[in-house]
This record gives sequence, structure tokens and C-alpha cells, in this order.
Amino acid sequence: MTALTVLTGHYLRASFGNKFSLVFSALQPFLYLVLFGPLFDRSGVGSWAVLVPGLLVQLGLTSAGMAGFGIVFDQRFGVLERLRVTPVSRVTLLLGRVLRDCVVLLIQAVAINVAAYALGLRAPLAGVLAALLLTTVLSVGMASLSYTAALTLRQELFAPVMSTLVVPLMLLSGALLPMSLAPAWLDVVSRLTPFRYAVEGLRALFAGSYASSALVWGVVVSLAFAVLGVTLGTSRFQRENA
Amino acid sequence: MIHARGLTKTFGPVEAVRGIDLDVSAGEIVGFLGPNGAGKTTTLRMLTTLLRPTSGTATVAGADLFADPAAVRRRIGYVAQGGAFAPFSPVGQELVLQARLYGLSKEQARERVTTLLAELDLPGVEERTTVTMSGGQKRRLDIAMGLLHRPELLFLDEPTTGLDPQSRANLWDHVRRLRERDGLTVFLTTHYLEEADALCDRVLIIDNGRIVAQGAPDELKSEHGARTLDDVFLAVTGRELREGAAA
Ligand SMILES: Nc1ncnc2c1ncn2[C@@H]1O[C@H](COP(=O)(O)OP(=O)(O)O)[C@@H](O)[C@H]1O
Ligand SMILES: [Mg+2]
Repeated sequence: MTALTVLTGHYLRASFGNKFSLVFSALQPFLYLVLFGPLFDRSGVGSWAVLVPGLLVQLGLTSAGMAGFGIVFDQRFGVLERLRVTPVSRVTLLLGRVLRDCVVLLIQAVAINVAAYALGLRAPLAGVLAALLLTTVLSVGMASLSYTAALTLRQELFAPVMSTLVVPLMLLSGALLPMSLAPAWLDVVSRLTPFRYAVEGLRALFAGSYASSALVWGVVVSLAFAVLGVTLGTSRFQRENA
Repeated sequence: MIHARGLTKTFGPVEAVRGIDLDVSAGEIVGFLGPNGAGKTTTLRMLTTLLRPTSGTATVAGADLFADPAAVRRRIGYVAQGGAFAPFSPVGQELVLQARLYGLSKEQARERVTTLLAELDLPGVEERTTVTMSGGQKRRLDIAMGLLHRPELLFLDEPTTGLDPQSRANLWDHVRRLRERDGLTVFLTTHYLEEADALCDRVLIIDNGRIVAQGAPDELKSEHGARTLDDVFLAVTGRELREGAAA
């Protein structure tokens, strides 16, 4: 536990020392909010309360999803090896980073919600807070998988592969336009991705439908995704260890 | 301090280490010598729990490598061939982080870092990054990183490669002093054989993943009727070490 707080604190200090990357990794959802949101709101498809949950998932994909980028350098410079030679458990070495990513993402997510409120978002506070929590759970999985990919792919492949992967995953989640509009085949493909369930769960929270099956699915899939991510990430940190 | 039997490591088709037996006693400085690609780093990474051996057994610093890797990690320090610092972070922060991961409190960690940096002739570099440091300074910094938790056993992988002769001599002085003062056991790799001759109580020569000769430098030299360890190397492998040791 102490090792975890020490690591998370260290990484947070490093992140806040680099304000540019704090803003940059949330830039895409912000651009969609400001430049696409007003259109969406008037399109008749749905209101801000439909769009913003999608942008939270997009944030998870861009912010937590690209988290692995940092570990590429740590691996190259021997920092990771030096951490692995300490007695700290491998899951802690992973979670120290993931927790930092969650804190960063929460700050970004709050900022998006505040900006959206200024633009006209109206949603129950309890629902929005619960949505932030659910977004965090999703990001645990996302960041962990990002580290797994970063330690598995060749160094120079990580950035192009991940930034390319994020696009179809986001489109298939229905983050930008609800999948209820989709033709059957697209709907089916979309259901094969975890983010579809997260988006719909978040929308349920923003709509205040706390007893909907969409919310149950959103929670179950996000939790399963987080567990899967941490398990794979830990085993990647563990691999090759004695 | 180290007892290994039949250690092997295979990477796909490459047999990097082909059955190594090792015994290192407490307080010894042992040199692990061989050309590039001989399997030195691979062996060190196995003994430091960073790499799972394909086969074999080992106890390191009194703990079984497989049964209790965490205990091994607590008792050893490891200075990797490529260093341990990213160039964009103040070195003090990294050292304090590392010390705290070994269980030191924030105050203890800061104090330990200050003391160690002073001992290694690097006083007050905490706020700097490695970008502004010389090769010798960086290497001493790596050694500080490996000593934070007062390990019983220190692994040094090519600590002097790429340094000028003066920095090399300076670094060896530090290693000698650590052994004399703290009784530290040191297992190091190098391909500067004249330095190994001067510093090490015992050397192991590794070639192609196998130990081909071992003993005290003087013993080895008289055994092979050689004047230098380079000549011993030539005698046991039929090759000059330097040819294979460009880097
Ligand atoms: N991770 C790895 N994957 C594949 N081959 C490796 C790996 N690490 C080392 N090798 C190979 O194992 C052999 C021994 O390497 P190494 O232990 O680094 O030698 P040394 O440290 O003596 O120069 C070399 O042929 C090297 O290419
Ligand atoms: Mg090596």
C-alpha cells in the first residue's frame, strides 16, 4: 500500500510538471465538445446529456489509452528494469501508473463536464458523479491494456498502432452518434466492443435512469474490462521474472 | 552469497547461457569476463530475478531465486549495463523514489540520498538531470541507485565501459572502498581484463554461454603460463577478447 502511494505520488508530480500533456491528452474530446457539440445538440438526435457520456469514453480512449507511451521511455532508459529489481509487487508497479492515469483522467473529465455545463448540459449531479466513477473504472482497464501493449509491441509501433486503434473503437462505441441509428451489421459489430456498453451505461446515468439494464451492462462490462486489463498488465510486468 | 547450478537461458533459437555453475562467497569481488554476446548480462539478469532461467537453480544472498524472489530483491543491488535514469527527470527525485520503494521513509530516503551522493563524489546533484553529467558521473549515479537500501551483494554490469581511464580508475576505487568499509560482495562484468586483474579476487571467464576458466587472476596466469589475463583469455578460447569486444 505504501509503495503504491509513493509510486502514484511520484508519477502525479511528474504529470503535473508537464501541463502540456495534461491538456493535450484531453484535446480531442474538448474539440468535439466545442466544435461538434452545438451541432449535435441541434441535430434532433439527442441533447448534451447524450453526447457528453460519449466524450467521456472518448477521453478514456485518448487519455488512458495512450498512457503506455510513457512507459516506452522508461523501458528504453532502464527505469523500468530498475523498478523491477525492487521488492515491490508487480501489480503495484502497474497500479502506481494506472492510478496516476485515473487521477489525471478524472480532472480532465470534470473539466469536460464543467465546460459542457456552460454550453448547456443539464444532468442530475448524482448521475454525473456516478458517471465519473464508471469512467474511472473503464480507464483502469484502458490504461492497463495500454501499458501491456507498450511493453509488448516494438517501441516504434506503439504510438501509430494505438492512435489508429482508438478511432474505430470510438466510432463503434456510439460515442458520437447513438448506435440506435445504426444498420443491423454495424450494431452487431459495435456490441462486440466493450465501449458500447460503457457509453450506454453512462448515458443512462446522465439521464437519471439508475435502474436501467443499460446501466447494469455498462457497470458489468466496465468492471470486467478493468479486471481483464489489470490481469494482463500484471502478467506482462511479471513475464520473464524469476 | 551466490550459488548457482546449471543455469541456462534460451531465447528462441539462441542459447545465450548454456549451463553455468557459480559460487561467490561473502565479501568477494568477482569479475565475470567475456566478449560481447558471451552471456554476461543474461546471467546477471537471471541472478537478479529479472529474467526467468530456462533451467537451473540458484540461491542469491541466502534466498532461493524461484521460491522467494522478493527476498533476493531486498538483499541485492543491480546496476544495469545501460543505466537507470531517464534524461528528463531530476536525479534526486528518482533516487528518493527508489529508496522509498525499499521501504525508507521520506526523511530517511532524502538523508540516504544526500549521504550516498557525497560518498560517490556527487554532492548536491539532486536537482540536475543526467543530460548535464559526464559518463563517469552518470555511472557513479547508477551505483548510488544500486546502493540505496544497503544491499549485501551488488551486481555491476559493465560499470566502466565507455569511460576514460581516469574515470575508470576512480570508479574502481569506489568499489574497493565499499568492499573494505561495508563488506559488500561485488559481482561485476567487464571486458577490461587488466582492470579485472587489479581489482578482482577471482575472475570467471565466459565464452559462448559457458564458463571456460576461473580462479584468482594470478592463479590463472600461472596455470596458463600467461603474463596477462588477456593472454589467459587467448589461451582458453583461442581468440583475442578485444576482437569481440568492440563496444
Ligand atoms: N532478450 C533477448 N532476446 C533474444 N536474444 C537475446 C536477448 N538478450 C540477449 N540475447 C542474446 O543472448 C546472447 C548473450 O547476450 P548478453 O547476455 O547480452 O551478452 P553479454 O552481456 O555478454 O554481451 C547474445 O547472442 C544476445 O544477442
Ligand atoms: Mg552485456
